[in-house]
Amino acid sequence: MERLGSGHQGGIATGIVAGRLSEAQYETNFSDLHPRLDRHEALVAADRCYFCYDAPCMTACPTSIDIPLFIRQISTGNPLGSAKTIFDQNILGGMCARVCPTETLCEQACVRNTAEDRPVEIGKLQRYSTDIAMEQDRQFYTRKAPTGKTIAIVGAGPAGLAAAHRLAMHGHSVTVFEAREKSGGLNEYGIAAYKAVDDFAEREVDYVIALGGIEIQHGKALGRDFSLSDLSGRYDAVFLGMGLQGVNGLGIEGEDLAGVEDAVDFIAALRQAKDKASIPIGRRIVVLGGGMTAIDAAIQSKLLGAEEVTICYRRGKENMNASPYEQDLATANGVIIRHWLAPKSILGKDGKVVGIEVEYTAVRDGRLAGTGETGVIAADQIFKAIGQNFSASGLGALQFEKGKIAVDAEGRTSIEGIWAGGDCVGIGEDLTVSAVAQGRDAAESINRALAAGARPATAVA
Amino acid sequence: MADIRNNFVGIKSPNPFWLASAPPTDKAYNVERAFKAGWGGVVWKTLGEEGPPVVNVNGPRYGAIWGADRRLLGLNNIELITDRDLYTNLREMKQVKKNWPDRALIASIMVPCEESAWKAILPLVEETECDGIELNFGCPHGMSERGMGSAVGQVPEYIEMVVRWCKQYTRMPVITKLTPNITDIRRPARAAKAGGTDAVSLINTINSIVSVDLDNFAPNPTVGGKGSHGGYCGPAVKPIALNMVAEIARDPETYGLPISGIGGVTTWRDAAEFLVLGAGNVQVCTAAMTYGFKIVQEMITGLSDWMDSKGHRTLDDITGRAVQNVTDWQYLNLNYIAKAHIDQDACIKCGRCHIVCEDTSHQAITSVVNGVRHFEVMEEECVGCNLCVNVCPVENCITMEPLAAGATDRRTGKIVDPNYANWTTHPNNPMARQAAE
Repeated sequence: MERLGSGHQGGIATGIVAGRLSEAQYETNFSDLHPRLDRHEALVAADRCYFCYDAPCMTACPTSIDIPLFIRQISTGNPLGSAKTIFDQNILGGMCARVCPTETLCEQACVRNTAEDRPVEIGKLQRYSTDIAMEQDRQFYTRKAPTGKTIAIVGAGPAGLAAAHRLAMHGHSVTVFEAREKSGGLNEYGIAAYKAVDDFAEREVDYVIALGGIEIQHGKALGRDFSLSDLSGRYDAVFLGMGLQGVNGLGIEGEDLAGVEDAVDFIAALRQAKDKASIPIGRRIVVLGGGMTAIDAAIQSKLLGAEEVTICYRRGKENMNASPYEQDLATANGVIIRHWLAPKSILGKDGKVVGIEVEYTAVRDGRLAGTGETGVIAADQIFKAIGQNFSASGLGALQFEKGKIAVDAEGRTSIEGIWAGGDCVGIGEDLTVSAVAQGRDAAESINRALAAGARPATAVA
Repeated sequence: MADIRNNFVGIKSPNPFWLASAPPTDKAYNVERAFKAGWGGVVWKTLGEEGPPVVNVNGPRYGAIWGADRRLLGLNNIELITDRDLYTNLREMKQVKKNWPDRALIASIMVPCEESAWKAILPLVEETECDGIELNFGCPHGMSERGMGSAVGQVPEYIEMVVRWCKQYTRMPVITKLTPNITDIRRPARAAKAGGTDAVSLINTINSIVSVDLDNFAPNPTVGGKGSHGGYCGPAVKPIALNMVAEIARDPETYGLPISGIGGVTTWRDAAEFLVLGAGNVQVCTAAMTYGFKIVQEMITGLSDWMDSKGHRTLDDITGRAVQNVTDWQYLNLNYIAKAHIDQDACIKCGRCHIVCEDTSHQAITSVVNGVRHFEVMEEECVGCNLCVNVCPVENCITMEPLAAGATDRRTGKIVDPNYANWTTHPNNPMARQAAE
């Protein structure tokens, strides 16, 4: 069966309804987007790597994985050695292999693009090795002798997990406080279902904490259950990796109508749903935004059986945060992407969404502005995907920069003994792989500070 | 259209591409298919003496090494000469020759090193009306343990003796197939010539252990837990074969002796290289065993098209043309100076030229210029070794550019001398001959 294959049975119901497709169609639509390469495919793909000097792919990787080496290890029949090369730099290399926008990172930098316009399939090769190691539950690291130091981590997302793993390796005792029921952060709640099938995010967390020395306490939220000063008083160091909690609002009329939803909530609900048929979806969907969240919400709406899905983005194609690859994936799944359209008001009837009024936009004198020309798109469900913001509380005197926690290059915040990384800080891109790099580097910084026997000087004055 | 008809020691074939004596030529079925595909000639798989035929192992007979994308680069085999009855082979040969009168059919023979054995088999072979015989003095595995194959080819006196018998007992042209498993290929070639051979063919396969099974600690191919050395062939051996062909072609004692070139011929280009180094035709095996008989069509068209593009009309126009340019190292012009040059438009910035030069050679290629990843030859360091050219993944991206006479070599600071000067007269050579007064 093909994705979006036989489609609807017995006509298309109007409104937001569940069970639009056959059981088999749901299963196909939400199966693995890119099944793992088999051994032959991996060997053929690996053969294309030139083993570059000072490889551009490696430089482009936020976690600096030694890509030429791990690919060479695949070609020589050593996938476990390859996996270790990956995990040495990125313990969440399995998820990164699935969700990294490789087309704008390592694969964009691949020198094969210059002469052939076709890079080595680095992401798929990384998944090949890491899957093999994780399926065999092969652990490559052991903890150093206990140091007696304790570290608190807020948030069991990519940044927190990467930090926890590295700190535990160094012999420290780590306690992770996670507000949600499950660990993984956006890996668990924020990635399109077809990119992380078979509970991969949960399995990866298990793989990471199997090292030992990491305790995760769920349902513990900063600002609600404890404050930052509680932690800094009780632990030798604190790492903040709680991501972004708030969702940007539209601030337009009709935003409260039934059927107007945050795309992140929709994506999270879909990920958690064992039975995708239980997720209600509209017949006509409008997604507002131009990033990965917009794409994931739009494609999955289509896969749930929506008849018409339109992404409205207020700037041009080149301004979209979603990579060209992701945009193509959306259009290949039947999503319509419309540019230079800004939401003006949401139209309702009987308290429910029936459409959205949009205004055409243009850049004039270097600023985005409405042209005055408007139009209406019929919709019974609207997903807002116009960005998230930082809204945690209980942070005391911690300094911020542009709405996010201010940190230096190794993750030190304005308060001594407190580090931060991931989407909640103001540096790097909001990507899983960047969060992993920041968590890992902050862990090394914490370890150095603890080893020095003294708390470090405040980094951000 | 170039005329690629071949006349090798009087044996005529429509093209210079013969299949070598090997598994592909073991029986009429295969040979018929080969002729249908267009092969100019076939050397039938080696015949042994009358009586119970040899037996082969019933496990794996081949091993291989591969390049990227599992392209077969070298093949190793432990198969012996034909394991079919002599008379079956002779009968089939006679029928095939009758069916394909315009193609060359050669009988490869390997019998014990006794005059009576050769005297007995030659009339039987002659009866098939095949075009000539090839003496298998080459196979390095199995038969050599019984005093045949390369065991003969490694003793020039035996070669001369057997060739002499053959010339005495048959009117058919005699091609002597040489083993490369010797120190100086000129010795067996000279012996074959002294015995009166009409031609030599080379190379046969090279002693090899192609790989080792690391689970069982046994060479591949592993037969019941043990392995034996085999005969190595395929693209990987071509350079060895080319050198040996050239050695014979330029040896004053064997100069002009017809050569059938064998060893890794896979494309028309490989064949042309053998021809210009002095081969009168070529024999092919591994390429057919890798891709099937159809490859001859690429060879025929490729050779013909190349000859057309260069204005060569017949094979005689090209055969041996490169022999005069094969010389000893001591005669190479030390005043010829070339420098590598990187075409920045073609460069994909993999950096391999830099790292091999930096790590293993002369530190003559940049990696960063003005803070940007950039690979450029520093002429003041470049000795012109050509390593960067060979490791570059993009053909013609790095080229060797000769310095003009009168230019300054930035490495040595010296002006490029227009005159030829070699090691024999170089002042650093303790054996240097005095220049003429």
